[in-house]
Amino acid sequence: MPVWVELVLRVLAVVAAFLTLPLLIGQTEHKVMAHMQGRLGPMYAGAFHGWAQLIADGVKFVQKEDVTPREADRPVFRLAPVVALLPYLVVLLVIPLGPSGLVAQPLDIGLFFVLSVVGVGVVSVLMAAWASANKYALLGGLRAAAQLLGYELPFVLAAASVAMAAGTLSLPGIVEAWRPWWLLWQFPAMVIFFVAGLAEIRRPPFDMPIADSELVFGYMTEYTGLRFAFFVLAEYVGILVIGALTTVLFLGGWKGPFGLDAELGWLWTLIKVAAVSFVIIWFRVAYPRLREDQLQRLCWLVLVPLALAQLVLTVAVKVAL
Amino acid sequence: MTTADLLLVALGAVAVGAGVLVVSTRHIVRAGLWLVVNLLAVAGCYLVLAAELVAWVQVLLYVGAVVVLLLFAVMLTRAPIGASDDLDRPRWPGALIGGGAGLGLAALFVSGYRWSRVDLPSPGTATALGEQIFTAWVLPFEVVGVLLLAALIGAIVVSRPDIGSR
Repeated sequence: MPVWVELVLRVLAVVAAFLTLPLLIGQTEHKVMAHMQGRLGPMYAGAFHGWAQLIADGVKFVQKEDVTPREADRPVFRLAPVVALLPYLVVLLVIPLGPSGLVAQPLDIGLFFVLSVVGVGVVSVLMAAWASANKYALLGGLRAAAQLLGYELPFVLAAASVAMAAGTLSLPGIVEAWRPWWLLWQFPAMVIFFVAGLAEIRRPPFDMPIADSELVFGYMTEYTGLRFAFFVLAEYVGILVIGALTTVLFLGGWKGPFGLDAELGWLWTLIKVAAVSFVIIWFRVAYPRLREDQLQRLCWLVLVPLALAQLVLTVAVKVAL
Repeated sequence: MTTADLLLVALGAVAVGAGVLVVSTRHIVRAGLWLVVNLLAVAGCYLVLAAELVAWVQVLLYVGAVVVLLLFAVMLTRAPIGASDDLDRPRWPGALIGGGAGLGLAALFVSGYRWSRVDLPSPGTATALGEQIFTAWVLPFEVVGVLLLAALIGAIVVSRPDIGSR
């Protein structure tokens, strides 16, 4: 197979995953939330338990009028949803699905790449918030910036811990080095990474920037139609990315409880990603939104010291072994 | 010209263009956004030069943190939409100093290297960089660490009136 054919195939596979998995997660969220709250959720679209609800939503979004407020900064306003979506698409390129190179683009420093690209997402929030020329949007954007700047720190520190344990920055390399007892050793880092990841993608209970009961809809207030759909899609892709990263870094990626990793590795990865995504949805139903000061307090007084302690623990065990 | 050369020139042009827009645009927040474009283009240059780690550190720190902090501060204080005509910018001194420094450096490099070919060193992988830092450059690394720690503590003392000088 020529190089470019393989490259195109890999990119196409990633784009396919990018277009289907977030919709799957969105549908799961509709149904899981509904059942946890004693409702049925979507039941009509597509006849069987409303499986086509999100497709119907997509069609509806396309038909809506695309409004740009008169006072808005047009080019920035229009660009922001794309900037929100693009980093997550790029991140999916380096997430390994299975052993022996079942990854779109293996990178020597994949972990660093992922952390830096995920960090770009906050620029889109600021762009959307400011360009909307709306007080609620601006407040939401400022909250988002404060939140993301803070939570970036425990996020990176927790990832650094597992990179130190594995002795490599390559994502397949980390899965390769992973052992089941790391579940215990790296447990605090996993919790920190997961919580900070939730804050990074602004999911409840960390949805202060959106906070629909106080800020209308935060930085997305002025968006309509397809551009709004882009933001919603970015949220679902965010769940996918955080789920996949937690899986790869802390849950052993393609490694299963019994052999057959070479054949079933991709399935293990997908099952683990689905499980983590389910927990993310569960969090939304289970916990109320944090207040702004509680949010910052949790980050700086709990997560950052814990992450530093975990780093010390990682070094101690690593040196002792 | 190889593909790498072409890419480098293109990214360099983007970086310079965005850089000029940063200082010449009348929209304050857009200046910050152009800075993002500029920094990303410079990161792209690093990538072409096979310094992967430096490139992603640039994106993580500068785009993900420094520019965001900058935009955050601008939006907290004064960030009107549309052009601000009352910005006081020392245009000519600025252009003179910036252009002069750029041209001077370019002239220095051209006279220093002429058209001699310099082979790229081995790619700046994380392993190679780590080995260098923790063997040949340990002392500078530690000194920088202490310096940053001092700056951190200094910032805390300055920003908290209850523990500063009374």
